[in-house]
Amino acid sequence: MLSAEGLRHAFGEGGGQVVALDGVSFNLTSGQTLAIFGPNGAGKTTLLKVLAGLIRPQEGSVRVAGGRREIGWIGHESHLYEHLTVRENLLFWASLYGVPAARRGPRAALVLGRLGMSDRADQPVWSLSRGLAQRAAIAKALIHDPSVLLLDEPFTGLDLAAAAELRALLGEVRGGGAGGRVVVLATHNVDEGVELATDVAFQRRGRFVHFAPRGGRGSSEIAEAYRRVVAGKATDA
Amino acid sequence: MRELIAQAWTVARKDLVLEFRTRTALVSAVVFTALVLTVFNFGRDPTAVPTIDLAPTILWVTFTFAAMLALNRAFQLELENQALEGLLVSPLSRTSLYWGKLIANLVFVAVVEGVGLPLFVLFFDVPVGRVLVPLIGVIALATLGFVAVGTLFSALVIRTRFAELLLVVILLPFLVPPLIGAVQVTARLLGGRPLSESVGYLKLLAAYDIVFVSLASFLFRFTVDE
Amino acid sequence: MSLTQKGRWITVVALVCLAAVYVRALAFTPVERLQGPAQKIFYLHVPAAIWTEAAMILVGLAGIFYLFLKDPRLDRFAEASAEVGTVFATIVLTTGPIWGKPIWGTWWTWDARLTTTLLLFFLYVGYLLVRGAVRDPGLRARYAAVLGICGMCLVPFIHLSVFLFRTLHPQPIILKPSAPSLPSSMLATWLFSLAAFTLLYVGFVTQRYALSLVRDAHGGGSPGHA
Repeated sequence: MLSAEGLRHAFGEGGGQVVALDGVSFNLTSGQTLAIFGPNGAGKTTLLKVLAGLIRPQEGSVRVAGGRREIGWIGHESHLYEHLTVRENLLFWASLYGVPAARRGPRAALVLGRLGMSDRADQPVWSLSRGLAQRAAIAKALIHDPSVLLLDEPFTGLDLAAAAELRALLGEVRGGGAGGRVVVLATHNVDEGVELATDVAFQRRGRFVHFAPRGGRGSSEIAEAYRRVVAGKATDA
Repeated sequence: MRELIAQAWTVARKDLVLEFRTRTALVSAVVFTALVLTVFNFGRDPTAVPTIDLAPTILWVTFTFAAMLALNRAFQLELENQALEGLLVSPLSRTSLYWGKLIANLVFVAVVEGVGLPLFVLFFDVPVGRVLVPLIGVIALATLGFVAVGTLFSALVIRTRFAELLLVVILLPFLVPPLIGAVQVTARLLGGRPLSESVGYLKLLAAYDIVFVSLASFLFRFTVDE
Repeated sequence: MSLTQKGRWITVVALVCLAAVYVRALAFTPVERLQGPAQKIFYLHVPAAIWTEAAMILVGLAGIFYLFLKDPRLDRFAEASAEVGTVFATIVLTTGPIWGKPIWGTWWTWDARLTTTLLLFFLYVGYLLVRGAVRDPGLRARYAAVLGICGMCLVPFIHLSVFLFRTLHPQPIILKPSAPSLPSSMLATWLFSLAAFTLLYVGFVTQRYALSLVRDAHGGGSPGHA
């Protein structure tokens, strides 16, 4: 469903060059949730942008079954027009993602219902609180029922309660097993993403220094392994 | 093809809804136009040169500056709403995005010109009555050229420093040929000359439009992605 | 021999040729009847103008190839050509008035060649400003290519609009010999000068290209040149 092969990408030239991706490859199928942990500057955002097709990698390739239509993106930017209502935003994006005209309204209503925002549908986005705006952004990412979800540090700026809510929501939304979505979640905080993950990767200076199923490991084990990796020691946990 | 047009229209409609709902950009542009026309009045000596001689210049300099101001809005809107990335992640084709922005820009500038032209006629007592239709035609032709190139360049400057200033500097040389054509045709129309005398300039305007609309539409995909 | 050295040699040869052209022009070519000795600046002015335009076309062509091939060498060449084009434009814009003053009594006239070169100058400046305003080399090259292609496509429109404009207000045709065909000795000097300027273009571009190779190898350095 989502595969990357030999991704390499650098910014700048000559001596000042920053290598953001240095040979990343992996394969994911439906139902898998990959949590990528890495410090700032590890190249997580670049990797997600390459997966989404925002950046064309200098080397390597990405394959997403179904193309851009099947990708839902949640990142630092809200992708919502402040002076449009939540519903108007959803209808706009649904249209761009090729949702047939007759299905847009019902789809919007469905997604809003699922996110508990039905009563806010006709409010302009600027009037929403931060938490609600975040939920609206998720609604936008889901409006076209994508089979792949890419999340770039989605927990930034959320308090503990809101973060827990988001985790619960993501757990629901990704579905399970063969019918589930592929989710790729990038974060620098192990606690945030570890429960959701079926697979875990550590990214450091553009490379995956670890990629394995989470197994039954809990947050503290993973965090320990991650800390070792970040300190430059073990390459596998 | 149909999808291309449909998506372009979706983008354009969204832009126009936003512009008319918030109105700030539109009102500012209209007020700016009125102010420029006013300034022109004080910038001349009515006893020295008859207004009719200066009229085409006044009109076109005003429209040129108004258009350049208006062009910033297209991608500024996306940046302000943090939506540009969203547009680029979606399956929206870059060409549709260009056409959507072009259409929205054209409508926006048309509204500004729609207020500017009557004001111009009023302030400078310009007899446009009989030539109104061809005059509007020339305005449309020239504006299309300005806005086609301007939409491309406004995307190009998004990721540069001093974007608004840079846009003006790189765009103005491109506006000179259509400007020459527009001013000359306007002068002839206002002077009561037959349209046949303006054919050369009209051809210039038409050729410019065809070439630059196609070129800008094609090159857009290289400017807007990261 | 390194690229820089080759470039230097070519430039030196070109300058020697140019000097020889001038010796020939001043001592061995007949003085033009109507314009007098000041006309001799024509041998400098016209080839420089020709190369100003040619350099822009080359920038555009390099841009087209860059967009398809993505070879950074094409971008380096485009940058070099643009900078050299700016230098040549400056030569034209300074020799023009120097010539114009004694002959026509005025420092500046909007004749076809000066006007065209002035617009090209602005195009070059805009191009270099955009290069200077973008930090990432890949993005910079892409934006520069887009702007270069647009600039190249604008050149015929500049010619057309300036030509149409001029037929209205016949301006002194600066630096055209009065006879429709140049006497052979003048023609020879002129061709010799054109050849010298061609060499000068090649020499300057080679040196500038070598310079950017060095700069790029040493870590990018400042974001382009403005």
